[in-house]
Amino acid sequence: MKLLKLVPDNTNIDFVRLRGIAFGLTLLLSVIAVGLTVYKGLNFGVDFEGGLMIEERFAAQPPIDQVRTVIEQQNVGDANIQPIGDGTTLSIRLPVQSGGDEGATNAAVKKVEAALAAKFPGATFLRYSTVSGKVSGELVRNGAIAIVLAILGIGLFAIFRFEWQFGVSTIVAIVHDLLMTLGFFALTQFEFDLNIVAAVLTIIGYSINDKIVIDDRIRENMRRYRKMEMREIINLSVNETLPRTVMTSVTILLALGALLFLGGHVLRGFTAAMILGIFVGTYSSIYVSSSLLISLGLRAEPEGGAARPGRGGIENAERVGPRN
Amino acid sequence: MLDFPRWKVVSIWAFLAVLVALAIPSVVPGLNARLPVKIPTINLGLDLAGGSYLLLEADTNDVAATRVEAMREQVQTEMRRQNPRIEIGDISSRGGQLSFLLRDPSQVDAARERLLAITGGGAGMTGQREWDIQVVDTSRFVLTPTQAGLAQAVDRAMQDATEVVRRRIDELGTREPTIIRQGSNRIVVQVPGLGNPQALKDLLGKTAKLEFKLVDQNADPAQLAKGQAPAGSQVLPYPGSQFGFIAVKRSAIITGDMLSDARQEFEPQTNAPQVSITFDAQGGRRFARVTQENVNKPFAIILDNSVISAPNINEPILGGRAAINGGFTTESANALAIALRSGKLPVALKVVEESTVGPDLGKDSIRAGIIASAVAVALVVAFMLVTYGRFGAYANLAVVINVFVILGVLALIGGTLTLPGIAGFVLTIGTAVDANVLINERIREEFHRGRSVVQSIELGYKEASRTIFEANVTHAISGIIMFLLGSGPVKGFAVVLLIGIATSVFTAVTFTRMLVAGWVRRTKPKTINI
Repeated sequence: MKLLKLVPDNTNIDFVRLRGIAFGLTLLLSVIAVGLTVYKGLNFGVDFEGGLMIEERFAAQPPIDQVRTVIEQQNVGDANIQPIGDGTTLSIRLPVQSGGDEGATNAAVKKVEAALAAKFPGATFLRYSTVSGKVSGELVRNGAIAIVLAILGIGLFAIFRFEWQFGVSTIVAIVHDLLMTLGFFALTQFEFDLNIVAAVLTIIGYSINDKIVIDDRIRENMRRYRKMEMREIINLSVNETLPRTVMTSVTILLALGALLFLGGHVLRGFTAAMILGIFVGTYSSIYVSSSLLISLGLRAEPEGGAARPGRGGIENAERVGPRN
Repeated sequence: MLDFPRWKVVSIWAFLAVLVALAIPSVVPGLNARLPVKIPTINLGLDLAGGSYLLLEADTNDVAATRVEAMREQVQTEMRRQNPRIEIGDISSRGGQLSFLLRDPSQVDAARERLLAITGGGAGMTGQREWDIQVVDTSRFVLTPTQAGLAQAVDRAMQDATEVVRRRIDELGTREPTIIRQGSNRIVVQVPGLGNPQALKDLLGKTAKLEFKLVDQNADPAQLAKGQAPAGSQVLPYPGSQFGFIAVKRSAIITGDMLSDARQEFEPQTNAPQVSITFDAQGGRRFARVTQENVNKPFAIILDNSVISAPNINEPILGGRAAINGGFTTESANALAIALRSGKLPVALKVVEESTVGPDLGKDSIRAGIIASAVAVALVVAFMLVTYGRFGAYANLAVVINVFVILGVLALIGGTLTLPGIAGFVLTIGTAVDANVLINERIREEFHRGRSVVQSIELGYKEASRTIFEANVTHAISGIIMFLLGSGPVKGFAVVLLIGIATSVFTAVTFTRMLVAGWVRRTKPKTINI
């Protein structure tokens, strides 16, 4: 049986040669992402901004203007209305109710539901959530702490298991992934909520996974080819792991694709973030973290260790030359 | 590496079989009911089952204020009881402190001794003072609650509040509610399968502090209008009355804790809903005595510091029973009866976060989740098969088993599957094969370098295992952080992710190595197609 090979055997792409251009591009994109996030801002979900969100399903596609009029007559503040999926479901966002206590919020939910049900027979709520301003502040803080802790924890692990250069380059690459994700959400104005924080943490986990695989190969090749130039080792390692990188990305994208199209609207933002993360994470593995290792001055031969005999037997027992 | 003794093969299969078996009751609906032994099943999160999540927060200032009020009453009673009686005046509980003046400065020592006794003898069980007692200007006492004392009071109040919340929700007859204290002053309530949480919120929003107090008929309406009451009385709102407020005596005849039962009933004459209450022995005696002494005077029925009604005492009430009327609907009377039965909340609770998912959306989400998972598995399986052939098939068997193993572990630890959890599930399917991709690519690489089949496989597993370990540890770090800091649905995602990481290492590495080893031993292949 002839097996499918997405990546031909023995690729020899000079990834490192494009390093300069890639750094420039990465820097530019990062600056744009930060700019977008700062100036355009993120479209925070109800859990991060406080307020209330009602998801209402109608018997038939309702005219949004009419729905807005009905809601605004209830005197509950400006409504942000968005259709979901086929348009029979609307997401209705309202600001934190004045008075701030549960009574006001409860009353607002009740009023809106009653008014909608009266005007549009057959309308039922699918879900709603209310978050007070205080709690939403805490959720934002916890989310930020979680992301920072994850980056630090993983960076420390990388420093502990590898050389410090790996730790630093990994952290830089993850920060890049994070900025790109934020920029994406600022650009598209997709709702940024708690689930997206979970997606970001997963992206970090996946991206790290990818980097560790390449770093691991770099470390192995550094031991195996002691005399080789660093840029060659990195090119070799990235090429050697390329089939795996592509395979894994494709399998995860297949799984995520199923989720994106079939998993229902609640998970759509989450899945979109993850798919973006797969691309960004793969890019940063090659062009941020690996390439950065050269700039950080990683040397194949540790100081004073030039003549040190290799650790394992097998790696050194039979040296197979680089495949170029 | 490829040496698998029979006992090892048997135990690996047995181990996986047990975990897969644990998953079956969760997957096949209605099976558990027919099994002789109950196997734990996976709980569905609120976003899948439908239901309400409420985050309740207690106002700690409220606890502090109540505590100072209670101390005020205690001090007044205690000082009156002393022999010789200690006369006090100018008592105030403003600014979170209790301060009062002794009429006779020579009684300072006696008063201080009494105060020490009622504030816990200077040191409570924890060895920390709950109140600071100061004497200023020779005869003025100032009692300030200490931080430690206040924290303890909040803790006690929250413990009681959690209990009361539990009793009230149980009274509603909902199934499997989760009620957990969170942090110093919050309670998380999760009630699955509740169509409309309004009744629940109404119930939890009531402190249900019930008091019967005599009406102060001597109060001057003009003074009342300014919110001033004669000494020993207080002004309370009385919705629906002539002035909208009323003066009542400070000391209560009956409090809610003297009830033994409360029921919703209908008033025999008018058929209006009412709440009938039964006093306990002590409450019954007190009520009988007070009503005997105060025939033809009105008393106020006060709920949460607002007067419901102020009926006249026409004759002594000796039966230990009374009824509360006051414009109830059947629902509101029933809610009040439940609230009174379950005791008053020691502190008012506010809903600071709520999320309610209707049953329709939950069903849609489950269906979509199952379809998405099935399609994801099918796509990944097909892709692995066309890319790695036999080795892909082994990896696929591992993935499919892993799906059930994750469900089995989730059921075993009593975990909850949430909507993001399903996403974690689908994602795990994608990442689980990553280990096999790493291994297979490595085997391929080694084989192309000219090693023998056995050597390539051995080296492939050995080299890839190190990478897999490191990659999974870092992945787990972000999962653990998500679990610790995430709330609700995010936690559900993290749990599935973490279980998936642990089980996939076992199924993707150990289990497939055993399958490959078995194949190599049986057929002694000269070449591999990978």
